[in-house]
Amino acid sequence: MSDILQVRVWRGDEQGEYQAFEVPRLESQTVLDVVSHIQRHMDPTLAYRFACRVGMCGSCAMTVNGVARWTCRTHVSKVAKDGALELAPLAHLPVVRDLVTDMSEFFDKWARARGQFHPTATREDPFARVRPDSPERRNADAGIECIGCGVCYASCDVVQWRPDYLGPAALNRAWTLINDERDGARNERLRAVGDDAGCLACHTHVSCTERCPKHISPTAGIAGLKRAVMKAALRGDL
Amino acid sequence: MKTDWRARNHPAWWAFLVHRISGIVLTLFLPFHFWVLGMALNEAARMDDFFAWTDRPLVKFAEAGLVILLAAHLTGGLRLMALEFLAWRGWQKDLLAVAAGLTVIAGVVFAYVV
Repeated sequence: MSDILQVRVWRGDEQGEYQAFEVPRLESQTVLDVVSHIQRHMDPTLAYRFACRVGMCGSCAMTVNGVARWTCRTHVSKVAKDGALELAPLAHLPVVRDLVTDMSEFFDKWARARGQFHPTATREDPFARVRPDSPERRNADAGIECIGCGVCYASCDVVQWRPDYLGPAALNRAWTLINDERDGARNERLRAVGDDAGCLACHTHVSCTERCPKHISPTAGIAGLKRAVMKAALRGDL
Repeated sequence: MKTDWRARNHPAWWAFLVHRISGIVLTLFLPFHFWVLGMALNEAARMDDFFAWTDRPLVKFAEAGLVILLAAHLTGGLRLMALEFLAWRGWQKDLLAVAAGLTVIAGVVFAYVV
């Protein structure tokens, strides 16, 4: 293990360039540790975003050596085998400055995919009893741990090709709600995701599934949405 | 910023690329294929001359390439339909390996037969 990491960090907004830093290499060092070292000891003007540092909040995702990753739980030893790191902001999102992107559109698309829960009961009703082993509950379980980090969105070529595409995270959210038997907006949601900017645009590159740090498969949810949209269309519900 | 090419280096993306390129090449080949078939209607002698020309080793080699492209596109398409229409399971890479294996077998069988 070399004592020094050669780090290149994107500086600027959409227009900018990489700036080189030499960072001390430490045992069990994460990529976020490296960025924090640069900001605290070498250049306090470096802009980046993080909060929890333990893989819960989804705010520290960046492009690390070309691949979107959560940086707080990515060890340097995993991604910088030759002692070099290249850090850039997430792809497909407007760059605010340096490593910070504007994620407004990413989350607006969750709303466009009808990512809000629409209850069918009131607080006066008894608790819903959902069988943990029902297929719907299992489908929802498989996608519910999304932390909204944007790694899938930044890894998806379809987002790059057609910017109005809702993207893997928003569609995964829609899929978890489609499988929530307490929700009452199934057909509205299928209409929202069942067009050319929704699940039907997915080319099944599987990049989102390949890169998701929570090991969720948005591809599975999108395939499920495609089937649900097809069945609803055949029934005349759309 | 756009997707870095390094982010695309995983099996399913390569499978997409093979599917797309094989589809484009086969689309370009099809008009030529139909033109030759059309000779059967009123240019039988010319068609026979053409078939004699296709006996050359280089043309046979190109035909094997076409068979491989066709097999890759067919198995790749079946793989996508299995992923999207059957119940989901973690078999993306298994399907990919089966599609690649069948493609190689098709190419080898064609090369052996001709």
